Amino acid sequence: MSDRIIDQTAAELSAGIREGRYTSVEVTTAFLDRIDAIDGTVKAFLHVDREGALATAAEVDADIAAGKETFALAGVPIAIKDVVVTKGMPTTAASKILEGWIPPYDATIVERIKTARMPILGKTNMDEFAMGSSTEYSAYGKTLNPWDTGRIPGGSGGGSAAAVAAKMAPLAIGTDTGGSIRQPGAVTGTFGAKPTYGSNSRYGLIAFSSSLDTPGPVARNALDAALLHEAISGHDPRDSTAIDAPVPPVVAAARAGATGDLSGVKLGVVKEFKEGSDAAEPGVIAAYEAAVEQLVKLGAEIVEVSCPSFAYALPTYYLIAPSEASSNLARYDGVRYGLRAGDDGKHSLEEVMSLTREAGFGPEVKRRIILGTYALSAGYVDAFYGKAQKVRTLIKQDFEQAFESVDAIISPTTPFVAFKFGERTGDPYQMYLADLYTIPSNLYGGPGVSVPVGLSEGMPVGLQVMGPVMGDDITYRVAAAFESTQDTLLADTAPEIEGK
Amino acid sequence: MSTISREEVAHLARLARLEVTDDELDAFAGQLDVILESMKTLAEVDTDGVQPTSQAVPLVNVFREDQPQPSLPRDAALAGGPDTFEDRFRVPRILDEEA
Repeated sequence: MSDRIIDQTAAELSAGIREGRYTSVEVTTAFLDRIDAIDGTVKAFLHVDREGALATAAEVDADIAAGKETFALAGVPIAIKDVVVTKGMPTTAASKILEGWIPPYDATIVERIKTARMPILGKTNMDEFAMGSSTEYSAYGKTLNPWDTGRIPGGSGGGSAAAVAAKMAPLAIGTDTGGSIRQPGAVTGTFGAKPTYGSNSRYGLIAFSSSLDTPGPVARNALDAALLHEAISGHDPRDSTAIDAPVPPVVAAARAGATGDLSGVKLGVVKEFKEGSDAAEPGVIAAYEAAVEQLVKLGAEIVEVSCPSFAYALPTYYLIAPSEASSNLARYDGVRYGLRAGDDGKHSLEEVMSLTREAGFGPEVKRRIILGTYALSAGYVDAFYGKAQKVRTLIKQDFEQAFESVDAIISPTTPFVAFKFGERTGDPYQMYLADLYTIPSNLYGGPGVSVPVGLSEGMPVGLQVMGPVMGDDITYRVAAAFESTQDTLLADTAPEIEGK
Repeated sequence: MSTISREEVAHLARLARLEVTDDELDAFAGQLDVILESMKTLAEVDTDGVQPTSQAVPLVNVFREDQPQPSLPRDAALAGGPDTFEDRFRVPRILDEEA
């Protein structure tokens, strides 16, 4: 095992800081130096806050020296996706329309990260307003996949995933509306968890699709993700969709899973995913099936479940999410924050709004605003948006019925390994297929995690574990059990990145 | 026959206050057509008597105590605006010159 600080897991760093093997300032400096050395190549960060991160680290060190109680992850640094607002730190959602905006408040999950005294390294790149599966739609340039710099790091949270994969951060925050935590996790060989909708506050999350958006952890393994999950989760009166119930015991579940015992656990495989597997690459299917064999060796029972409405999940999602987005993004009008264009005394207010939005939004955001406007317009709303909401009910019912006979559902996380830049930007529908397996749990609301399980064409493949609403613990348990079968975590075997 | 015409896309863009270019209109019309074609498959699904889902985990009547709290200071709220004037957001003229 390496002695380098950046190779340690968050759990190891936390113990090391607490036990005095190193200080939080040393740990935070190691990650900041790593960012300085290689982020010119990877481009995972949109903003780095060296001074702020080191100030928090010094406070933690002082508290520990004084023998004060600290939170579990105190002193362990973290990167935050740029769609989450951070007081006094630039937040753009990777859009030109918010360039230079400094939020006047913190998101609830950022408040919790600050309460836990985790140094914030900076903000990570993403597809503009979290719309995309490759981070190619960022207005500030693409992030490269540390495994192969000619390929995408997934999206929308490609920056957070690449930062963790390239060991520029031990932990990161992502947001998942249709797969934006899990799919980047899968293609970068990192661990990503979409918690139960409503179990993590959306307050201060720049809204894309309010009935689907869920913030969650990005890490190198299940235990680290679970530690972060518990630090940020829990009821928030400022989010009216937040569930007022205890946080599922995900840390205990990750530790239980690490014992490698899955006897009595029933794992569902979706018949319709198998039948539709022509969308999945053979190498992805092979790595996934090898992982399933490992789970069976640990005692899990595989049960086929039928979810006939999953075949309609993709069109359902691409009606609901753009409809909500077209409404949510109406707030970018050039009046209260961000960009204003065309205000030359000759254009009317309405013209200034149109010119601002034209100048500030990128192509995918415009496409989805137009799509959503279409789906909500008079004469189409019943046939499109209304119909999609009803099919969403059927997808939920498929999950509920499946969870009567199984504890969790497994699948590949994404049908293909990281593709090459430019391969899917010309045909938006081909890009949408990346989220084929992740979208159903967003529509349902239940949790899903992606754990790295192997390689195809030398690129990482993820296994997705989906659970029932508020059953996040089982997803961590199964994922950690798989990790226990591996001598080395896939996340520890990423090729070394050379700095520029 | 395409599902959506270039003219319809231009109309929707106007409704959404997007000043799209001719090139964008050409590209979007074709791309949106492909996407909308795939959505037509939803018509196959029998949804008679199915209630729509608008929220993943439905909650009803969410209340909290009505406790006064300090609001965002005016300066902080205005600080992000592209143009402000005397504690207000300044916008281009909406009405014509007063008679």
